[in-house]
Amino acid sequence: MKLGRFLMTAAFAALAGAASAEVKVGMITTLSGGGAGLGIDVRDGFMLAIQQSGRSDIELVVEDDQQKPEIAVQLADKMVQSDKVDLMTGIIWSNLAMAVVPSVTAQEMFYLSPNAGPSALAGAGCSKFYFNVAWQNDALHEAAGAYANGAGYANAFILAPNYPAGKDALTGFKRTFTGKLAGEIYTELGQTDYAAEIAQIRASGADSVYFFLPGGMGISFLKQYADSGVGLPLVGPAFSFDQNILQAVGDAAVGVVNTSQWSKDLDNEANKAFVASFQEAYGRLPSLYASQGFDTANLMLSALAKAEPSDKAAFQAALEAADFASTRGKFAFGPNHHPVQDVYARKVVKEGDIYTNETIGTVLTDHGDSYAAECKM
Amino acid sequence: MMSFVLLAEQVLNGLQFGVMLFLMAAGLTLIFGVMGLINLAHGSLYMLGAFAAAAVAAATGSFLLALLAALAAAAVAGVVVEVAIIRRLYDRDHLDQVLATFALILIFSEGTRWAFGSFPLYLDIPSTLSGPVRLPGGIDYPLYRLVLIGAGLLIALGLDLMITRTRIGIRIRAGENDREMTAALGIDISRLYTLIFALGAALAGLAGALVGAIQSVQVGMGEPVLILAFVVIVIGGIGSIRGAFLGALLVGLTDTLGGVFLPEALKLVTDPASAKAVGASLASMAIYILMGAILIWRPTGLFGGRA
Repeated sequence: MKLGRFLMTAAFAALAGAASAEVKVGMITTLSGGGAGLGIDVRDGFMLAIQQSGRSDIELVVEDDQQKPEIAVQLADKMVQSDKVDLMTGIIWSNLAMAVVPSVTAQEMFYLSPNAGPSALAGAGCSKFYFNVAWQNDALHEAAGAYANGAGYANAFILAPNYPAGKDALTGFKRTFTGKLAGEIYTELGQTDYAAEIAQIRASGADSVYFFLPGGMGISFLKQYADSGVGLPLVGPAFSFDQNILQAVGDAAVGVVNTSQWSKDLDNEANKAFVASFQEAYGRLPSLYASQGFDTANLMLSALAKAEPSDKAAFQAALEAADFASTRGKFAFGPNHHPVQDVYARKVVKEGDIYTNETIGTVLTDHGDSYAAECKM
Repeated sequence: MMSFVLLAEQVLNGLQFGVMLFLMAAGLTLIFGVMGLINLAHGSLYMLGAFAAAAVAAATGSFLLALLAALAAAAVAGVVVEVAIIRRLYDRDHLDQVLATFALILIFSEGTRWAFGSFPLYLDIPSTLSGPVRLPGGIDYPLYRLVLIGAGLLIALGLDLMITRTRIGIRIRAGENDREMTAALGIDISRLYTLIFALGAALAGLAGALVGAIQSVQVGMGEPVLILAFVVIVIGGIGSIRGAFLGALLVGLTDTLGGVFLPEALKLVTDPASAKAVGASLASMAIYILMGAILIWRPTGLFGGRA
């Protein structure tokens, strides 16, 4: 990844011309392995926003964490100590965020999360210097529980991988779901075969299935589930139905309802401009991860316009104001620096040759998280 | 209480997982046994097979052509890698081999990313094999997985016949026992090695394509399977095809059944929440515990000859 980083820095140096960079942003994200699609979209969304801002004094240092906590920790140390970045962002996975974010914010460095929102960082472990621009992990799952109630499901089988975000997922779903649980399983992170779980679903007598399996795990599950003939209705968060995954799942995903804080058809100016410009710049439709990267960069840019990151109190206040045009329409931070936003239900459809999502309704309005009360900054 | 249907379905799942592991482990154990080479890049050949199949299936729409492409692509890659790089490693110690073949993993992964992009590819099972079938006893089981079991068993039988009954099998066994003497008897040992490497690669590529149809075809998909395949060949005894077969089935069944029944069994002695957590952790350790137990009992594996 040295070469990638060199090219990235070179590209930005070229953009910057002779001007020396005044703000250095460290991005640690997943660019190789099975989870690479997520990190690439966050990075591309982030870079697009910086390009559109026309600011030539921002240098972005991008490093690949390979989805490994120990590598993320090493990279964070390097960025803080030798690259001397001014603020950090980029981590996709909650287990990596838990390894990196607390030590970064303890050094009074600002960290803007474009994806991972583990509950441990939203409650007692919150920090003045930590802002989550995506969601607290539970949010989309709480929306899914609420949606399942509305759809009349009374006996759900739920499953998620055994890692912090997986636990947050099932906790979130159970917080809002009022029906019974026919079964609850934690699978291995990175698992590729779900035959054993699908057999348990078949035997459980459930009337619906709720699953949180981001990235390649979701592709495997959806294909195998469709082939198993179990046929119970599926509900999931957007993570198994993002723009890049759907093409690999194909027909197996059509019609499945999923919950998201963003969708490409959300009707606001910022989003329309984002979808069009992302497609033009990269030749593919943006995913929700791309929208999160884009929003994170725009939040950062809005704060940089008001204050320097070195002026901690002023920069914090500028971030808290969330004075930027979000692709989600309205966007605000709660007291623990996590979003207060609407969550939508989407349905997978096929538009021509492309599988994508269309919004079918709003499930939760101005939804915050249930950990804010424990946060003492 | 576990019903018979659920148990039978899980046994089939374990078998299916086992025979696919065997396709990976067969090549690995031959390469390790005959040439004394630790080939970490075997998982990359699995990935290559899946990508070749996905690309050909997308272009032609034919699953059969996709499988042939997977076999061919992996075999050709195997030959190229053997002749260009691996050949130089036979006389080096295992650490050098690990280093070089690890480098190959990175080259294959980034090369695939460069050629196909970072997002997973689409590869689906053919429509004639999709959907479940009803087995005796009222078990609904996906037809494709049954086909995988059948195909895996056939290949295992074919390999066993090849090793025990054919001239090439005799040469492989001879090369395994005494490489200098085999060469002294006028057998072109370097061609034999290339052939074995290509055969192992082709089997890995085929496994990748077959499994890729029900999983996610993505960069890095081979590495988790590779670790399990190493466990399999250590359990089975290095160099033994029969050992690899038995080891693969043991690992497949232990992994599948352990994940389902350990949490259930623990519920009998503790509360459901901690049974679930402890059971899940124990299940992920189960195959390694199995490996440890077998190695204590038979230090060279089930079919391992040499100490």
